[in-house]
Amino acid sequence: MEDRKIAVRVDDLTVAYNYKPVLWDIDLTIPESVLMAIVGPNGAGKSTLIKAILGIIEPIAGSVTIYDKPYEKQRKLVAYVPQKGSVDWDFPTTALDVVMMGTYGKLGWIKRPGQKEKKASLEALEKVGMLPFKNRQISQLSGGQQQRVFLARALVQDAAIYFMDEPFQGVDATTEIAIINILKELRKAGKTVIVVHHDLQTVPEYFDWVTFLNVKKIATGPVKDIFNDDNLTKTYGINYKVAVNK
Amino acid sequence: MDLKEYFSLVFSDYTLRTITLGTAILGAICGMLGSFAVLRKQSLLGDAISHAALPGIALAFMITGTKDTNLLLLGALVSGLIGTFWIRGIITKTHLKSDTALGLVLSLFFGFGMLLLTFIQKQPNANQAGLDKYLFGQAATLVEKDVTLMAIVTGICLVVLLLFWKEFKILLFDADYTKTLGFNTRFIDILITFFIVLAIVLGLQTVGVVLMSAMLLAPAAAARQWTNRLSVMILLAAVFGAFSGVLGTAISASQNNLSTGPVIVLVASVFVLFSFIFSPGRGVLFKQVRFWQNRRDLKLQKTLQFMFDIAKTHEDISHPHAIKILNNFQGFAKTSLKEMEEKNWVKVQGQEWSLTQDGYNAAENLYKQ
Repeated sequence: MEDRKIAVRVDDLTVAYNYKPVLWDIDLTIPESVLMAIVGPNGAGKSTLIKAILGIIEPIAGSVTIYDKPYEKQRKLVAYVPQKGSVDWDFPTTALDVVMMGTYGKLGWIKRPGQKEKKASLEALEKVGMLPFKNRQISQLSGGQQQRVFLARALVQDAAIYFMDEPFQGVDATTEIAIINILKELRKAGKTVIVVHHDLQTVPEYFDWVTFLNVKKIATGPVKDIFNDDNLTKTYGINYKVAVNK
Repeated sequence: MDLKEYFSLVFSDYTLRTITLGTAILGAICGMLGSFAVLRKQSLLGDAISHAALPGIALAFMITGTKDTNLLLLGALVSGLIGTFWIRGIITKTHLKSDTALGLVLSLFFGFGMLLLTFIQKQPNANQAGLDKYLFGQAATLVEKDVTLMAIVTGICLVVLLLFWKEFKILLFDADYTKTLGFNTRFIDILITFFIVLAIVLGLQTVGVVLMSAMLLAPAAAARQWTNRLSVMILLAAVFGAFSGVLGTAISASQNNLSTGPVIVLVASVFVLFSFIFSPGRGVLFKQVRFWQNRRDLKLQKTLQFMFDIAKTHEDISHPHAIKILNNFQGFAKTSLKEMEEKNWVKVQGQEWSLTQDGYNAAENLYKQ
């Protein structure tokens, strides 16, 4: 365990909206090949943490390295699954087209996706069980199907590190199981997966690593060591024994 | 001149040809770029920019003293761009919402522009008349030079669009994600906005400050109804825009005292209205038709299910029953019964019905899938 490489290192990350800190001095070291949940109450800055790491939100201080190099130089190693609600699903495009967008980063400016990219996208759709819907207009997909399309778009990026913002939000049990199985496969293949997660009950079952966040970092480490009542109480401010009495 | 005469003259008459070509090109480029504005939910941006261009026209005239269209439009471009940056600045620097920022910039610039226009009109300068044509547009003042400029800008816009197609598309759909892929989203954003401003400025002479945003939005809104593909939508919007330009010019040229700009906008609005009602996928009409169809199918299935439940309890599935017992279905039975008879699912004899083997099988398969 100790000789694992460090996939993501966050130093002194601070984000503020309107002078009010949303994230305060976050230090975070995420080893390679873990499936990590970021948990915390609403407004704790979970999504903001991911967005700040990915440079979508500009932090007022702090730095991020991916495999010991600045994030800006390592973008191709990183894939992102935004919250489903962050885009307009009535956009005139198909499921396959959205997944193909995952190939744009490696293509770079101007160059168009070709057969190779299309094949990879179809494979990604197949992996998430969405191949029959490849030509479907995206507004005609269910919430769970839309989430799978987003996951496929990240898979096609073929990254080393995956950041996912609430991928289980508003999906049915079947989709949730399908998604978690894919995430576990990614971990098995040596990838690092970081997930903003809401359901505390499933943390021990799904994840092997966890970060407690409430504006400040409360704790981070293996689920079996630190997913305990003490940290939950520190994060949520109330006793959570009832919620996780497994 | 009637419409027929117009179309016979349009290729030979120089003025008519110039104006028609101008409005067609303008319609096409506005349709194309308007699609971007609509899909980015920035529909009102066009309105704000066109109004923001007015003081630029007035100032350009006051500084240079000429009424050279290109110079005045350059002024419009500069003040349109300043307006756009102010809008973006207000949104990012304060916590005002974008509609507030648009409204503020629109009224501030337009007010200032009107002030300058009235000031200019009071000046003892023979050259001053005619600046107010930029308020409502005057297509008749289009000359070949203007149309050439429009064509060049449209050509450049088309090349940029084809070159950065992939980048435009992904930015429109998911800007945050685009950033994580390593694209400079600010550059793409500025590129799109710059061309929108350019198209608006080009249209000021023809359609005018006040109605310009309709030129951007109407063809795009109409096109969205007919397709679920971005490329087709943009192409259709360009076609709708061009047709609005040509038809609008034709109508206004064939009647006395009909100003071209408003007529073009009205024609474009007819495209929108038609599309909202008659498009097969998203139109109001076909939605209603599908609703009726579904309701009828459901009624039929409900009746069949009921018959099936009764027939099941008998040894002989075709044992006749009184039609009266179907009346639970609030009078729907009659049409449903007729339809089922046509499908050979039931036989009706006098006041009694009986299920056929076909009907029995159909009912059995109804909810199996």
